[in-house]
Amino acid sequence: MSTKVFERTKGLTKKPFHYCPGCTHGIIHRLVGEVLEELGVLGKAIGVAPVGCSVFAYDYFNCDMHEAAHGRAPAVATGIKRVHPDSVVFTYQGDGDLASIGTAEIVHAAHRGEKITTIFVNNAIYGMTGGQMAPTTLIGQKATTAPLGRDEAHTGKPLKVSEMLSTIDGAKFVERVSVHNAANIRKAKKAIKKAFEVQLAGEGFGIVEVLSTCPTNWGMTPTESLKWLEENMIPYYPLGNFRTPEEVK
Amino acid sequence: MGKILMKGNEAIGAAAIKAGCKYFFGYPITPQNELPEYMSRELPKVGGVFLQAESEVAAINMVYGAAGAGARVMTSSSSPGIALKQEGISYIAGAELPCVIVNIVRGGPGLGGIQPAQSDYYQATRGGGNGDYRHVVYAPATLQETVDLVMEAFDVADMYRIPVMVIGDGMIGQMMEPVEFKEPKKRELPPKDWATDGTKGEREPNIINSLFIDPQELEDHVWKLEKKHELIKQNETRYEEYNLEDAEVVVVAYGTTSRVVKNAIAKCEEEGIKVGLIRPITLWPFPEEAFDKINENAKGVLTVEMSTGQMIDDVKIAVKGKHPVYFHGRTGGMVPDPRDIVAEIKKIAGGEK
Repeated sequence: MSTKVFERTKGLTKKPFHYCPGCTHGIIHRLVGEVLEELGVLGKAIGVAPVGCSVFAYDYFNCDMHEAAHGRAPAVATGIKRVHPDSVVFTYQGDGDLASIGTAEIVHAAHRGEKITTIFVNNAIYGMTGGQMAPTTLIGQKATTAPLGRDEAHTGKPLKVSEMLSTIDGAKFVERVSVHNAANIRKAKKAIKKAFEVQLAGEGFGIVEVLSTCPTNWGMTPTESLKWLEENMIPYYPLGNFRTPEEVK
Repeated sequence: MGKILMKGNEAIGAAAIKAGCKYFFGYPITPQNELPEYMSRELPKVGGVFLQAESEVAAINMVYGAAGAGARVMTSSSSPGIALKQEGISYIAGAELPCVIVNIVRGGPGLGGIQPAQSDYYQATRGGGNGDYRHVVYAPATLQETVDLVMEAFDVADMYRIPVMVIGDGMIGQMMEPVEFKEPKKRELPPKDWATDGTKGEREPNIINSLFIDPQELEDHVWKLEKKHELIKQNETRYEEYNLEDAEVVVVAYGTTSRVVKNAIAKCEEEGIKVGLIRPITLWPFPEEAFDKINENAKGVLTVEMSTGQMIDDVKIAVKGKHPVYFHGRTGGMVPDPRDIVAEIKKIAGGEK
């Protein structure tokens, strides 16, 4: 007799992803979907989609969804959560959306201790628009608007969002994870679950920064991309928990 | 309920709460600060939420979220702040959500000034946001009309799933007049079955969205919006008209300026000059039909604004070349003097212009 060892989470719709081959958005979507299903909150979950590669996230998560303008997802989520305080509200944002155009919105959602959860996908580049430099692009990393590689003297050093947000009291849960191998994917899921538990406990704002790949715009194969993430991103963006409230430790 | 004396900005807040508005997101800017201050005091008393956002951009996006979640929600600002809100207004219009936006206009461009102005007519009626969209714009002239229109604005927004702007100037916001809160006419409002309030496992997910990547889908969506705009033009256009049948000169003015114009008209009548008035109450839809009622012997149409001439574009379209159109305006926070308006009317009536 055969045993079912894996099935599609009810947290995702049946719509096929549009993501490029080897992109890790698909894994992160699945983890969020599984967590929402396991916590039994799909019926009261309301997600906010960003502008960027995950702009169509509203088609993939199997719960109510709201598409926001570029960078504004935390403000939209604030409006929703204040109207329905018992709902589970999350934003799913990339690094252009959250770390560049949306810095004011994310900082102040954290500062207010807004009871929402943010999944922040950091792949160190603008994907949807074709590989422009992001605030998170590494020094020396090439982008279509940094053809010789990012130069610190010209555009500064990459922005460390988790470190920055963990200085804000209202940010109750801050963790950086990666999805470049199975062990880290499991850790990422645990962190995502905790971030949602922080919201359910009414503690305050929670964010999980997920280091992610962009084979298309990095100009690498999917395997090379995973290796590049491990060897280049993790040393600059160290993995780990920055803040966890006692209640969910 | 009898009349009570209230300041404009506070009367707007009271009218909104009476209309069932429970959520307000805003950012400080003069001359509308008494409105968010009033909401911060009064909304918690009715189980609502006032939240001061980090910027006007964030405030309108909070409105976007709350409107999508099915709430009656409002924001307010003044000219430069409304400029910042245009991104969100375009999204709200595109996603077909109801909300009310109050603009207590001040002089511009740029930081401009803080005195009453009407230099945001283009901003309000053409929209600073991107795309093929419109929203209703009410321009009250008295505080009674302001509270009436604020209360009705929430119904109109819900009925057509469209943002509604109530535009006043610093004068409307700051002055005190007696007001009475009266229920607007009863409308059959559609259920908000599209709202993102959680599926509860009982329905398919609702999606609030303004993105249509397939051009055919986007075109269909935009024409659907346009059909709705046509319906609003038919049903919701409002104006006040006076003496259009035998006026020698017809003056067009809205808001505070229309009150000054009424004084000028009374003065002219004392001197035996017949003057008519068209006062748009909705700036969009613009009351074009009123202009068809102007008698063919009228010598001209005079537009008076607290700007260098913005509404005059719509007046010219509505007049259809049948009469000469003249302009008199003060701007930068200066209010037109009735004596100057009388002089302009006399010039037109006397054939000097």
